[in-house]
Amino acid sequence: MTSRTSVTRREFLETTGVVGAGLLLGFHLPAGGRFGAAAVGAAPFAPNAWLRLGTDESVLVIVDRSEMGQGVTTALPMLLAEELDADWSKVKIEFAPADKAYANPLFGMQGTGGSTSVRAAWQPLRKAGAAARDMLVSAAAQTWGVDKAECRAERGAVIHGPSRRRLSYGRLVAKAATLPVPQDVPLKEPKDWRILGTRVRRLDTPAKVDGTAEFGIDVKVPGMLVAVIARSPVRGGAVASFDAAKALAVPGVRQVVQVSSGVAVVADGYWPAKQGRDALAVTWNEGPNAQLTSASISQLLAQSADHAGAVARHDGSDPEAALAAAATRYDAAYELPFLAHATMEPMNCTAHVRADGVDVWAPTQFQTGAQGLGAKIGGVAPEQVTVHTTYLGGGFGRRFELDFIQEALETSKAVGAPVKVIWSREDDTQQDQYRPACYHRLRAGLDAAGQPVAWTHRIVAPSIMARVFPNLVKNGIDGEAVEGGVGMPYTVPNVHVDYLMPDTGIPVGFWRSVNNSFNAFVVESFVDELAHAAKRDPYEYRRDLLTKAPRHLGVLNLAAQQAGWGAPLAAGRSRGIAVWKSFETHVAQVAEISIDSDGTVRVHRVVCAVDCGPVVNPDIVEAQMQSAIVYGLTAALWGEITIDRGRVTQSNFNNYRVLRLAEMPRVEVHIVPSSESQGGVGEPGTPPIAPAVCNAIYAATGKRLRKLPIGKLA
Amino acid sequence: MSAIRFTLNGKPATVDVAPDTPLLWVLRDTLGLTGTKFGCGIAQCGACTVHLEGVATRTCVLPVAAVAGKRVTTIEGLSRNRSHAVQRAWIAEDVPQCGYCQSGQIMAAAALLAKTPHPSDAEIDAAMTNICRCGTYQRIRAAIHRAATGA
Repeated sequence: MTSRTSVTRREFLETTGVVGAGLLLGFHLPAGGRFGAAAVGAAPFAPNAWLRLGTDESVLVIVDRSEMGQGVTTALPMLLAEELDADWSKVKIEFAPADKAYANPLFGMQGTGGSTSVRAAWQPLRKAGAAARDMLVSAAAQTWGVDKAECRAERGAVIHGPSRRRLSYGRLVAKAATLPVPQDVPLKEPKDWRILGTRVRRLDTPAKVDGTAEFGIDVKVPGMLVAVIARSPVRGGAVASFDAAKALAVPGVRQVVQVSSGVAVVADGYWPAKQGRDALAVTWNEGPNAQLTSASISQLLAQSADHAGAVARHDGSDPEAALAAAATRYDAAYELPFLAHATMEPMNCTAHVRADGVDVWAPTQFQTGAQGLGAKIGGVAPEQVTVHTTYLGGGFGRRFELDFIQEALETSKAVGAPVKVIWSREDDTQQDQYRPACYHRLRAGLDAAGQPVAWTHRIVAPSIMARVFPNLVKNGIDGEAVEGGVGMPYTVPNVHVDYLMPDTGIPVGFWRSVNNSFNAFVVESFVDELAHAAKRDPYEYRRDLLTKAPRHLGVLNLAAQQAGWGAPLAAGRSRGIAVWKSFETHVAQVAEISIDSDGTVRVHRVVCAVDCGPVVNPDIVEAQMQSAIVYGLTAALWGEITIDRGRVTQSNFNNYRVLRLAEMPRVEVHIVPSSESQGGVGEPGTPPIAPAVCNAIYAATGKRLRKLPIGKLA
Repeated sequence: MSAIRFTLNGKPATVDVAPDTPLLWVLRDTLGLTGTKFGCGIAQCGACTVHLEGVATRTCVLPVAAVAGKRVTTIEGLSRNRSHAVQRAWIAEDVPQCGYCQSGQIMAAAALLAKTPHPSDAEIDAAMTNICRCGTYQRIRAAIHRAATGA
């Protein structure tokens, strides 16, 4: 078990904003911790919430975002180390505890999501590094009795230019800790960057190749028991009664207790707990969803589209009149399924609820939520709840939920011991909060030259926000749900987008790229339909409609050029293109596919152009584009959660198929050099891949796919 | 229950558990070796891959009784200090993202290379059936080729 940095409330209250008003003098880390005690010397220098410099030259960066593969344990330290002029080889990381000092400035809460981590940290962490460097330079100048202007920082040391004297940071930290924290130290010009923009190796790789990286499921605390929970197979059902006798008869099972979500079988380890859960007899009150099926959900969504929704965007005088007057009318309906997250590490959490406080060890994306829940269930103040964030074995939005944390807290409270709740893969697949299933109705009018004069898009999708943050739903609009529809970038004089949010009874949640995942498919497929209706090349048609969207156009042109758009292809191959902006990053993709005689779609190559503004680490940007493409391609090809009598039909990787190595296309990533505003990189690669592939299928077959997944073509 | 003896990472191991307990949970819960991961429980994903007599084996469905008297190597025993060619290649290519599947991927790759020192892409396709939800497959392939050439 790794114990992690903890600090007192008062110390953090003193640290406000970027580089707080209070300098944390003589700041001592508690003993223990994988890096902490070893990395920080006797007189550490802690000028802000994120940085600890030791007399042993150590540079400890407190990472306040969750590492779920997207690279924050490397990218965030790079921001700090650049301005600090740190020796990168000395940088170590530790995960932050839950504390207001570590709130995500874009959320106002401590959480990781929305591809916000680098964007949110871009100014604060660089400023924090610059202030610390300035203090170290001042300390050196004072030590030598020279003009500070004659001193400069370089790779973990301060150098006095005229005399070429040099003092390493470790020898300066004691003095630096006595100096005031300067405000608004100028940041470096990009041309002076030494770390930012380079292919720095990930700091978390070594621990991830020898089995030592600690994920939530690996947590072990003294006296810990393991619980597996029986939950209602019908979503929304509840326990009517249960008989624990057979579960308790399994050797190793200690207790059987009821919790909010079902019945917890608590044992010495996972295997007896799982066997006990399988032996448990529970009678369920199936609740209102007992007759729910995928067909009934489809019907609900489609029927909802017969009604006008809340208006999300309205351009031009009268889209209806423009449609009526258009030379050609084009209508289409699209439908997409529920999707599970299927993180590699099944949901799990360890909690210890005591009278004097609560500890939560969790692979969580939402520390503030975990802390608040710990306080509520434990009956203690939030300050008495310590959240230990582990590595996350995948997140994709699933770990922004608190269901698995609540179960661990309730079970620990019930049995009076530390408890680790582990979900089986079947639990994970069947008890998820799914990417919303949705239905879309689109209409367009083209003029005689094939140019669109009107575009309407009715989005029918259950609202995530209505469940998670209901106060963010205003006037019938869930801003997340309509985001991509509203942002439709093509120049069309009359646009109308409206939204309906029927509740299907199946809980929906954040899924990598959230609602961009469906709106991109719909918008980028429909514009492709219009291009073909206008008898235009789909790339050129888009290009001509994007003259007012330069960053869309930039990535579109780059992807087309790098893919050799228009050049002859090998026999049996075809191409499709799509472009999408999400999380302030613009991505265009060209997919190259073939179709086997049995209808199997093979994706051979994906050319991806990305403009995410200033790049922190191009190697991580490339990895995230590859990753997001695989995630979106898996969903496009096979992803579908279906419902039968209120139950999720799929259960494991044998029937919820995911892409494997042999099916991996060659992904080529091209990054647009950009000094524009910064975007995220974890999610924006996902939305364009489904439409790019389906547009390629249309190019090959003339068959327009308006429903996902693709599956096997008829 | 009765004592089951096997060789684990070069040393003798004895466990006293129900013989049908999957080796995965014996490694993780009884012996405290958590580098081997639980992913699916039905031998679909390969996160639980170890070497049994040198052969890549999925342990979530393997009763511990089946390894009595045999040699088991886990990620913890693959090398000292991450010095195995596959681990070095994984570091050079910065393969892992979330990292959860990577112990299994590395064990599968190490077993492949032990048998087929210079695998073709088709041989890599056939052998590397472990799931990675982060989609690190392109780098896994590159790292296996790198390990094969000793680069």
